[in-house]
Amino acid sequence: MDVILFLIFAMIAVVCAINVVVQTHPISSAISLVGVMGSLAVLYLLLGAEFIAAAQVIVYAGAIMVLFVFVIMLLNAGAESKHGRSLVAQLLGAPLLVALLGLLAYFVERLYPRGVSVRFGGFTHGTPLDIGRALFTTYLLPFEATSILILIAIVGAIVLAWKEID
Amino acid sequence: MQLWLIPVLPLAGFLINGLFGRRFSKGAVNAVAIGSVALSFAWVLKTILALSPLAGAYSEHYFTWIRSGIVNIGCDLAVDRLTIVMLLVVTGVGAVIHVYSIGYMAHEGGYYRFFAFLNLFMFFMLVLVLASNYLVMFVGWEGVGLCSYLLIGFYFDKKFATDAGNKAFIVNRIGDFGFSLAMFYMVKNFGSLDFATVFKQAPGAPEATLTIIGLLLMLGACGKSAQLPLYVWLPDAMAGPTPVSALIHAATMVTAGVYMTARSWAIYAHAPAAAETVAIIGIATAFFAATIGLAQNDIKKVFAYSTVSQLGYMFLGVGCGAFSAGIYHLVTHAFFKALLFLGAGSVIHALSGEQDLRNMGGLRKKTPWTFWTMMCAAVAIAGVPPFAGFFSKDAILLAAHHYAPWMYWLGTITAGMTAFYVFRAMFLAFFGEYRGHEHPHESPPVMLVPLAVLALLSIGGGFALNVPEFLGTAGGEEDRALMAISTAAGVMGIALAWLMYVAKPGMADSFAASMRGLYTLVYNKYFVDEIYGAAVVNPLVGGSRAVLWKGVDVGLIDGAANGVGARARNIGSVLRLMQSGNIRSYATWVLFGSVVLIVALGIAGGLR
Amino acid sequence: MTEVPISWFLTLSAVLFVLGVAGFVFRRSVVTVFMSIELMLNAVNLSFVTFSYQLQQVNGHLFAFFVMVVAAAEAAVGLAIILTVFKNRATLNIDDVDSMKN
Repeated sequence: MDVILFLIFAMIAVVCAINVVVQTHPISSAISLVGVMGSLAVLYLLLGAEFIAAAQVIVYAGAIMVLFVFVIMLLNAGAESKHGRSLVAQLLGAPLLVALLGLLAYFVERLYPRGVSVRFGGFTHGTPLDIGRALFTTYLLPFEATSILILIAIVGAIVLAWKEID
Repeated sequence: MQLWLIPVLPLAGFLINGLFGRRFSKGAVNAVAIGSVALSFAWVLKTILALSPLAGAYSEHYFTWIRSGIVNIGCDLAVDRLTIVMLLVVTGVGAVIHVYSIGYMAHEGGYYRFFAFLNLFMFFMLVLVLASNYLVMFVGWEGVGLCSYLLIGFYFDKKFATDAGNKAFIVNRIGDFGFSLAMFYMVKNFGSLDFATVFKQAPGAPEATLTIIGLLLMLGACGKSAQLPLYVWLPDAMAGPTPVSALIHAATMVTAGVYMTARSWAIYAHAPAAAETVAIIGIATAFFAATIGLAQNDIKKVFAYSTVSQLGYMFLGVGCGAFSAGIYHLVTHAFFKALLFLGAGSVIHALSGEQDLRNMGGLRKKTPWTFWTMMCAAVAIAGVPPFAGFFSKDAILLAAHHYAPWMYWLGTITAGMTAFYVFRAMFLAFFGEYRGHEHPHESPPVMLVPLAVLALLSIGGGFALNVPEFLGTAGGEEDRALMAISTAAGVMGIALAWLMYVAKPGMADSFAASMRGLYTLVYNKYFVDEIYGAAVVNPLVGGSRAVLWKGVDVGLIDGAANGVGARARNIGSVLRLMQSGNIRSYATWVLFGSVVLIVALGIAGGLR
Repeated sequence: MTEVPISWFLTLSAVLFVLGVAGFVFRRSVVTVFMSIELMLNAVNLSFVTFSYQLQQVNGHLFAFFVMVVAAAEAAVGLAIILTVFKNRATLNIDDVDSMKN
């Protein structure tokens, strides 16, 4: 049952990711990315990460992607134009990507030949209670720091886009 | 006892005259210079009286100069009988020559500078003589070389004078190299440079070690005392003022090598091969230089080669084991050679700068004082009894006969040649008719009194000062027959000179003409300078120019330095192409770097 | 088998990451490039949560959480920058934004 769930949603994620990269119009890429995030949320649930799954849907798919779609609307971004090129990217890009994937896969296989197996319910400490406890004790400093980070991001975004209002 | 006063008084004179002499009057400069040397001489006398009868060595330690590892070298001065002999010669003859210089340099520029350098020389020479370890002696050794350079090149606006100064210093350096190596070897083998320590350990050391040290020290002495093959600087050193030639290149500096060898006799006594080398070099130099002196026309050059020859005698004496005979000859030689040079200076002064014997003559009547005092020196150097040179030269020749008879015969022939060329110079200068164009006049008293003093010492110094007895190695059989033969050789030399230059004046020239080839060879000093130039100097200069300058300096070093800059520029212009401004290419490079990193981390982590 | 080997999750994460890099390297529209970056971040989040499961600790979830926060902030500021660049250069093609060339 878990395997089937994993396979289905992994397939969806990969197909949507390929779509993100392949589509010419940004809006299509954005929608595909939403699909990726959704399937990833299911996979998080499989891994027992309830809070993270919820946060993924709410924050990522619900806020960040919406922001992306708004900006695409604002910019009136159309299909991608084809001029301009980078020799380096064309020559080295594909081989390097293949090499990267190969390396990562190889290392994963070598490190976890018969490691732990995942089953739904195998991890029970992903509840908001556990997250909260860790967040406000061990990770208090990063928590406060990121809150300041968000403040800075807000201020920065406003400043950068200021002239738009005129 | 305050031994340090002996050298420091002339040093004070140097400092005062050197720093302030420009503003002093001549009288003030004289007072400082002569005063410092005279005071030093007085202090030497006081030391002698206070310490007599001195049997061993009396030393004073002032401060530790170098303490490093096994080496502990102090600034020590010591006095023993040998030192006393040298001190008296250096300060006494030095004072006399200082007085003479007042008159000689009266019309020359740089008056205060001359006396400053002369005082500096006295300081270094006294340090050399008073030293009680080899390193302090080396300080004095180098210092007198420096003063020699300064004084030879005193007329610094004349190129031949400055060249001669360079030559003297550079050839001396070759000798100093030998001295330095000897010192290193001594430290390695004996652990110290103190005379006392080294000489105590010398009898027990292996003979090879002592021979090496002895030969290296001899190399140093060859440089400083102008023996074969490093004598070439001494004749050229005549470019300096005549008092310099008298003091430095006759009486004191060149004898430093003899003194050092005599001081080290504990080493030579146990290294017969080295001692034999010293003796052979000595007699060879004596003979060789005497032959060159036969044909020279410049009066100072004649006496210069004579000095080289007499120094050879001294080394012969030391090498044969009769080091006290060598020192004896050093003392008497100081008297009559200084007198000969000062007299020559008086002649040159009388003739307003003429030095060529062929343009002199008949000065006997015009400059009588000079003539009679020089005659005293001439008979002394010829070895005529009972003058000074007879006793010292005979002591050496007797020791030579005892050591190796062929050295005695060669020495006797050389004695004959010595008498010949000295009297040739005397006859050419003082007899016959005047062949020049100047107006000869007698020198002022300030120059004549020193001549008289030295003349008295030349006459009576022989039997009045029995140096070997003083040094404790008197005795040795007196062989009347050998003494008679060497005296006869001297007298024959005088007679032959009389014949060729006074009785039959044209005989010399016809003799030279009939032996043209040999005469040219001898007159041009066997072309030794030219040989050295072609064999040693020019290859070195050429090699330096071609290899070291153009090859190494310009090619390698400049090339490396400039090359680094050029390479950096090249690499930079290649790397510049990476900055294309294109974000995608940047991203690709980041990807490339990350792949490399992953591979590296994997390998480092042990995954293959 | 009803259990998923953990290496599958990690391999999926690697695939998603490489796809994100491919999008970054090969796409010309700046918005698409940004979305590829978000894809990369998501892949990394998956891998954090996977490790957290393997180690049976909650720390990986916390990392993923912070990644999300930072990604949000970065998206906000980044999109603002894109707006500004679009206003100045009137282009969404990153190959045209090369005034740093040479």
